[in-house]
Amino acid sequence: MAALNNLTEHLEAFVDVTRSPTHHAESLRAIATSLEKSVLSINQLVVEMDMYLTTTDDVVRARGRILLLAEMLDYLKPKPLDNAVVNSLVGFFTAKLAEWRSVRGALTGCLALIKRKGVAGLVTAVDAEAVAKSMAQSVQVQSLALYDRKLCFELLECLLEQYPEAMINLGDLMVYATCEAIDGEKDPPCLMVAFHVVELLARLFPSPSGPVASEASDLFEFISCYFPLHYTHTKGDETSIPREDLSRGLSVDSLKCLKDCAVNYGVSRMKKHYEGIWSAIKDALYASTGTDLSFGLESLTSPGFEMGEIHREAVNLLQRLVKQDISFLGLVADDIRVKMIFDTISRYSRYEEMLDTSKLEVLVVSQILSVSARASVESCNTIFETFFVRLMNTLGIVEKTSSGDLVHNENSTVSTRLYHGGLHLCIELLTASKDLIPSSEEDSSTPESAQQSWCSIVNRFSVSLIEAFTSAVQSSNDDCSADAYLGVKGLLAMGMFRGGSSPVSRSEFEKILTTLTSIITANSAKTVKWELALKALVCMGSFIDQYHESEKAMSYMGIVVENLVSLVRSSHCSLPHPMILEATSEVCSTRPTYVEKMVQGFEEAFCSSFSDFCVNGNFKSIENCSQLLECVTNKLLPRLTEIDGLEKSLVHFAISMWNQIESSVVFSYDFNGREFVEAAMKTMRQIVGVASVDSQNSIIQKAYNVISSSTLPAMESIPLTFAALEGLQRDLSTRDELILSLFASAVIGASPMASFADVKSLIKLFMVSSLKGYISAAQALGSMVNKLGTGLEEACDTIFHESSASGNNTSSVDSSKSIGGSETLLAKICLGFYGSLDLQTRAITGLAWIGKGLLMRGDKRVNEIAHVLVECLKSTNSSGNALHPSALKHAADAFLTLMSDSEVCLNRKFHAVIRPLYKQRFFSITVPILESLIVNSQTPLSRTMLHVALAHVISNVPVTVILDNTKKLLPVILEGLSVLSVDSEHKETLFSLLLVLSGTLTDIKGQQSVSDNAHRIIECLVKLTSYPHLMVVRETAIQCLATLLELPHRRIYPFRREVLQAVTKALDDPKRRVREEAIKCRQAWTSISSRSTPF
Amino acid sequence: MTLGLLNANPVVQAKKERLARTQDQHRDYDGLDTLDTKYVRDIRDPEHPYSLEQLSVLSEDSITLDDKLNRILITFTPTIQHCRMATIIGLCLRAKLKECLPLHYKVDIRVSPGSHADEDSVNKQLNDKERVVAALENPNLRQLVDECICSNEI
Repeated sequence: MAALNNLTEHLEAFVDVTRSPTHHAESLRAIATSLEKSVLSINQLVVEMDMYLTTTDDVVRARGRILLLAEMLDYLKPKPLDNAVVNSLVGFFTAKLAEWRSVRGALTGCLALIKRKGVAGLVTAVDAEAVAKSMAQSVQVQSLALYDRKLCFELLECLLEQYPEAMINLGDLMVYATCEAIDGEKDPPCLMVAFHVVELLARLFPSPSGPVASEASDLFEFISCYFPLHYTHTKGDETSIPREDLSRGLSVDSLKCLKDCAVNYGVSRMKKHYEGIWSAIKDALYASTGTDLSFGLESLTSPGFEMGEIHREAVNLLQRLVKQDISFLGLVADDIRVKMIFDTISRYSRYEEMLDTSKLEVLVVSQILSVSARASVESCNTIFETFFVRLMNTLGIVEKTSSGDLVHNENSTVSTRLYHGGLHLCIELLTASKDLIPSSEEDSSTPESAQQSWCSIVNRFSVSLIEAFTSAVQSSNDDCSADAYLGVKGLLAMGMFRGGSSPVSRSEFEKILTTLTSIITANSAKTVKWELALKALVCMGSFIDQYHESEKAMSYMGIVVENLVSLVRSSHCSLPHPMILEATSEVCSTRPTYVEKMVQGFEEAFCSSFSDFCVNGNFKSIENCSQLLECVTNKLLPRLTEIDGLEKSLVHFAISMWNQIESSVVFSYDFNGREFVEAAMKTMRQIVGVASVDSQNSIIQKAYNVISSSTLPAMESIPLTFAALEGLQRDLSTRDELILSLFASAVIGASPMASFADVKSLIKLFMVSSLKGYISAAQALGSMVNKLGTGLEEACDTIFHESSASGNNTSSVDSSKSIGGSETLLAKICLGFYGSLDLQTRAITGLAWIGKGLLMRGDKRVNEIAHVLVECLKSTNSSGNALHPSALKHAADAFLTLMSDSEVCLNRKFHAVIRPLYKQRFFSITVPILESLIVNSQTPLSRTMLHVALAHVISNVPVTVILDNTKKLLPVILEGLSVLSVDSEHKETLFSLLLVLSGTLTDIKGQQSVSDNAHRIIECLVKLTSYPHLMVVRETAIQCLATLLELPHRRIYPFRREVLQAVTKALDDPKRRVREEAIKCRQAWTSISSRSTPF
Repeated sequence: MTLGLLNANPVVQAKKERLARTQDQHRDYDGLDTLDTKYVRDIRDPEHPYSLEQLSVLSEDSITLDDKLNRILITFTPTIQHCRMATIIGLCLRAKLKECLPLHYKVDIRVSPGSHADEDSVNKQLNDKERVVAALENPNLRQLVDECICSNEI
């Protein structure tokens, strides 16, 4: 019903012509969305529009009824509709074409319906015919407005394109209507559509005696008057097309056109033009190819140079011609420049030594040859027979005899000559040919002999080729990446031949893998060579997976994966640990089986390193452990959705982490730094976060068992009384600390569905440890109160009640238990009634996280917590004792914890229960309280801290909320800015508050109150232009000053002198960006009066 | 101005790469950015639609900055010896710097030695406070200068 109410409102808005177009669009979108979500059906809409349908006001009727419906259909193009609905709608619009007032709506509606594609509810041919007929008979195109004319032409175009049969039935009528429509058209965009319509018509009625032919002279007359087209280049017109674009476009078009000719005219008619075309293709290729060949990582799987549109079209044309007629290849083969290539190649050994012209020759010829080879099996055979063998000779690569030996084994001194140009050409040819291997199902149908020829050539040379590429890689040194690049790319090309008929045998394939793997394992630093080899291996891995090459997959597993995984496992290896991890994770992510293997390897590596550390105190091992965990979090977890089965392996990994910790009972050594614990926590959190509920339960169960076996449960027995809590220190053993942190992480990551065995003792454990100063325990508490279902009451009881109920005789106040109110022990510690300062600050932090958990799920108890925190911000508590400054600061920061989004816990990734608008709710509760406290604050410190807290709340709430309350908030924000600018400690808070202010300045909603407060705003901003602690604050303040110029002139003019003075000082700012802003701002402010400077 | 352009066909050089602003440099780093010379290079030539940098009237080397003494010396090279525009270019430089620089800098503007037929008098005119102020009070000149220094680059 609510939807309907809104609907009426939106309808009103749309029909009202006095409203702005944006307003119309908005209401339109609103209705369309509800239709799309099927909240509303079309029929319902029509019923609701009843009033507008029957009204006598023409304008309203036209807008309300027809245009609205039509626009609606335009939005709903992708939504399936009932055929009957479509049918009736078409009928409706067709009828309305005759009524001139509603013609736009009718046209839009028809167009939207006709354009529907591929979804349920298409317009039938009969209906389309009716539309065309009605249009031809009743719409006078040339008497309509510009936009409507365009709609007409588009409708014609669509009809002709989508319902050709129906239009043929109409015959003469259609042609006649088109003639009439075009006659006298002046607008270029309309004409463009119109020309296309004529083209479609001509295609539809090709017969020489058909309707188009009979009207041809008329049509020609209408159209010819637009020719010749003039290309007028107007200066400074942004929409105009520059000369270069035009010439490029024409080149592309002519190449495309030639390709169409080749397709349509057939071989015999094209033949006499071959020479001309060939030279044109050559010219285009030479002109569009650059000489920069990239030897970078990213070009390993691409051609390595930039390809323009002309280039692409030229290549397409060449390929088409060769595919169609093998004799075209004769021209290519006889071309003098192609023939010369071998001389060019053998003249230089290094690419960078080549002259630019030679580089160009090499690149273009290898393009020409590889494109021709790619065209068909025959052409590939020819190219390989003519060129490849010769190329091999030039490079000194020898073939093997039938017995498998190399031809001149005895004379091994004849070495291969690694000409870069030749290698490039060779690689291009190999890459081109690999696409010609048919996939296995086509295999049988292709005659064997046809595809054997080039295959056998490659096969003859494969051993030496692989050797040549290998030696290229190995001979490379660091300062020349070309050798390594060409070598690796060559090996990659050799390794990517598909299927059983591959010219590269399995043993050769394995040799390629071994070579690449050895490059990875042999390097001790991250060189270009190393990265190239890794990328090549990853490419091959994904290629194997893509084409289901089971044999090759086995080789890959045996050679690459196992090798790398065993490196991960062994602690002694020349390769730095992070590099092994990177290589392994990259390579293994290509196939689920490898991933499984890798995670297994990781598990073993983790366990052995961890125990090595525990027993021998080897800090290197624990460092390896942290790196391994980081690799899991950063490399594997983000790809969880891509890799099947990864989740299962990771859950297993997490459980074996717990196992390992459980079995390492004695930790002889302390962790060196917190990296390991942090990494382990992060990994645990994220694995639990992504795992299914069952897996989460099993991890938590495991973790719980480990906890019970540790000394931690002893903490649960610590009564939550002041006396017991007072002496708490961070006194856990290293192992317990690790277990506690990991368990907290698991709890943080768990979903609300996961089950916890003993909520009460868990809560107690976390309470005590958070009071001992473990933040993760506090976060875990927050997560628990956020996610617990039925256990929530019990949990809250444990947190808030039991403490005071357990006989707290120091409390003189009546212990009537308000829920989480200031009477509980926790609140009292926060307020500093008892305990040390440390205990107090920890309690405040803990309370903030608990509050956040409750706040996000919309629990009422958060109000009490907010109340306690606010109490902490007062300078004295209710019994008159002064609060320590540090406690005040923690209380103020608690508001940041409450309001900001945390990366670590209580977010969507970790399944937090998030009620919508929870920030807004908290904002509306706390802001009035804080405001009134600021007014009555007793000490400057308390005032500052109240402002900090308020700034946290204000700057984290969505900006629209601020805009709705600008009038009330602006004075507080300004006061906050001036209070916070005193101390450098609050610079970040100040900056976020300033950003809120700048948001209100630019928005239309805030304009009025900004204008009212202009003097105070300017005063405050002027002060901030010299804020010494943070550059962005100065910069933003100056930008805000410039923005203020949008206010009415009379409001700001009086402050001109003051602002200019401040900004002139900022010209001398130590930071360039501030100076630049100051110049802009100064120019702007100077120009509001006379040009003369006021000094 | 019946003679048409003074230098009808000037040589146009490429602009120097502008330092792109990177997003991350704005926090943390609190060093002192030195005052730089780019304020003036985008001033448009009074005659041609090119900037002074493109016409090689100014280059980075032709600007000397002494931060201790708060002095700036700009030496520019008019495109041709008899350039009547030399004084106007100088005036533009001065007006622009007045807008962009803190007040405590003393700016000296000269034509580079030997590049102008009337070198001494141009130098004298450009560094004479009274004459500069007087020139900028002339509405026609003021408009020309404003058009030249109003650039959209900064």
